[in-house]
Amino acid sequence: MASKSPVLDTHKKIERNVTLLGFLAFVVVAIGGIVEIAPLFWIDNTIEKVKGMRPYTPLEQAGRDIYVREGCYSCHSQMIRPFRDETERYGHYSLAAESMFDHPFQWGSKRTGPDLARVGGRYSDEWHVQHLKDPRSVVPESVMPKYGFLADTDLDTSDAKGHLTALGRVGVPYTKADLDKAEEDLKAQADPEANSADLLKRYPKAQARDFDGDPSRLTEMDALVAYLQVLGTMVDVNAAAAQEELAKETGR
Amino acid sequence: METVLARAGWWSAALLIAVLAAASAADSGYAVHMAIIAAAAGIGLWVTVSRADYGAIARGVIRTPADPGKYDDDPVRWGMIATMFWGMAGFLAGLFIALQLAYPVLNLEPYLNFGRVRPLHTSAVIFAFGGNALIATSFYVVQRTCRARLAFPGLARFVFWGYQLFIVLAATGYLMGVTQSKEYAEPEWYVDWWLTIVWVAYLAVFVGTIVKRSEPHIYVANWFYLAFILTVAMLHIVNNIDIPVSLLGSKSYPLWSGVQGALVQWWYGHNAVGFFLTAGFLAMMYYFVPKQAERPIYSYRLSIIHFWALIFLYIWAGPHHLHYTALPDWAQTLGMVFSVMLWMPSWGGMINGLMTLNGAWDKVRTDPIIRMMVMALAFYGMSTFEGPMMSVKSVNSLSHYTDWTIGHVHSGALGWNGLITFASVYYLVPRLWHRERLYSLRWVNWHFWLATLGIVFYAAAMWVAGITEGLMWREYGADGYLVNSFAEVVAAVHPMYVLRAFGGLLYLAGATIMTANVWLTILGRQRQEAPLRQAAYDATADRPLVASPAQ
Repeated sequence: MASKSPVLDTHKKIERNVTLLGFLAFVVVAIGGIVEIAPLFWIDNTIEKVKGMRPYTPLEQAGRDIYVREGCYSCHSQMIRPFRDETERYGHYSLAAESMFDHPFQWGSKRTGPDLARVGGRYSDEWHVQHLKDPRSVVPESVMPKYGFLADTDLDTSDAKGHLTALGRVGVPYTKADLDKAEEDLKAQADPEANSADLLKRYPKAQARDFDGDPSRLTEMDALVAYLQVLGTMVDVNAAAAQEELAKETGR
Repeated sequence: METVLARAGWWSAALLIAVLAAASAADSGYAVHMAIIAAAAGIGLWVTVSRADYGAIARGVIRTPADPGKYDDDPVRWGMIATMFWGMAGFLAGLFIALQLAYPVLNLEPYLNFGRVRPLHTSAVIFAFGGNALIATSFYVVQRTCRARLAFPGLARFVFWGYQLFIVLAATGYLMGVTQSKEYAEPEWYVDWWLTIVWVAYLAVFVGTIVKRSEPHIYVANWFYLAFILTVAMLHIVNNIDIPVSLLGSKSYPLWSGVQGALVQWWYGHNAVGFFLTAGFLAMMYYFVPKQAERPIYSYRLSIIHFWALIFLYIWAGPHHLHYTALPDWAQTLGMVFSVMLWMPSWGGMINGLMTLNGAWDKVRTDPIIRMMVMALAFYGMSTFEGPMMSVKSVNSLSHYTDWTIGHVHSGALGWNGLITFASVYYLVPRLWHRERLYSLRWVNWHFWLATLGIVFYAAAMWVAGITEGLMWREYGADGYLVNSFAEVVAAVHPMYVLRAFGGLLYLAGATIMTANVWLTILGRQRQEAPLRQAAYDATADRPLVASPAQ
């Protein structure tokens, strides 16, 4: 080709050398990610500190693992955007800190069903159990699958400490007491007979009760409902202190 | 014999480890997966041993063609069959979940609930159908454009079978609830590790073949394939750094959480689109469109500019999946600006493809394969305009979380990825199996129209559904309250969900015709049919004009 362009001539060198081509292509594709992602780890206002955030209890985390297992993110987001209609429908917009212990994050990308970021405390346990067993018995228009099998499946409690240890390794600040008592905590939170005082001290605002309506068994339904009931309740976003801190937010 | 012994030893070791892991597994999903791996190792062992004992059994199945005067096309042929198989599986799963959304009674708990089948559908079409098409065509194209046989033929076979094992593990995992629930990165930690090994082998085969090329220049299609393989490796590894709970269990927790997790995931997710579904398929376009049209690529300069611009800009676009979330504003805005800029190199690729038909536009009328390629490029152009538009924050505030996104993805996936893959398979199959032509070109024409109509139904239904959702969610009455409950919006889009399923059915019907067509072509049959275009011929007029005397 009789090109007079020096750029094209330079490119001829690149396209004759696979090492050079591969190296340059890799450099070019690496730049964007480095510039966008790396600063999120050191710019302070990425995650504004808010009071109330704590790691999930073993039962809530087990419920979260079920949420992840069933692919709930396919239809439910956990990220309320700062629009009037969304904050009226779902509650205060989501804060970055509220998902800081979420491995993986479950913000979602599609709302075939409603957002769940602040669903905790909005419905009773009985409603959740009934809705999960047969969604259309409480919401006739719903297209959600049935999850009745959760109430029939005993929760696997065999490796509660292992799960918390793995979470500790990826950065969730569980204490030694949390790890040592993981299995005990897991069972105590859904057992009305158990003494949950110590659990509630280490996990403030945790709710300990039978969730699935069957106190004799610890089922996957207990865990999932416990998780749903804690969603969005850790940070008191409407408290005066929180509002004051949010007013200083500069990130958006 | 020694190599056979060594190989049998490796297979046995893999078999033993997998059986032990299955026996001591912490959960049933992991146990089933280890059993699948044990079965795969068992098949490997059986093939190794039986080939040594009775060479004839495996001849033509596993034997590497020794003739250095021919290209090594066995993995390409298997790849064609795998592409068709996984395509049908993925389309069927898609139709199934589309019907589930319209008729929720079709959810069969727990294994066939929407939440478990949806990732099966997305992974089957993107990674199984698309991935096999990419691996197979890249092995075909890199040999032809380098005028060299595949480097490391054994490794190339490992890439093919290893990739199928990855697909089986991923797909069965979702149904059993073995998933990380990160969109398009659902497979658990050990499946991720396995894919990493397979992918490095793929890179070695691909680059090795380029290194031993006989042509001085590396053809543009190979730039795109190379960028696709390298970038997918980078994305896959960074997004899938996990800590397993136990080495004998399937559960793991990702290193990244919250905001950082979200951006790493969408940096991965958007570039799965950008490099898997765009750069890789542009590579197919750069080889098969000029071949089928019998015209050179329109502009060499344009291909240089749009290649570098495309791979540079795409990486930045991830944050547009996180507009108005808790991701910092600066990152969102950066993502939006780069997404809008991305429009230009995307259209550079479309223009380079379409203008290649200069001087051959008549073939759009006569050659249904060319027609399919042109339609693929048209859909590519349309969805790469729609994408930047949806990444504008004010548009996104309406479109995000709605079915508009689903429609956008499918106009790209069904229109661009699907049609360009179909066209490439139609091009390849007669050549790979040494057939004179396809079984039927008229069936290709049927496939074209069914697929196109299917996409139109699908995309139109999703536009209407998405904009309906977006508007109804934010609708306020005169009293200052929200007008619609969430459930009312779900009910409102039901007719659109039915129409979408109908569009999917048409698309699946087209693919079924294709499967039959490809199958019959491989069998060597040819349909007796009138050609698609024949110049008019009138026998009665075909005579000399004789002057007749006046009456």
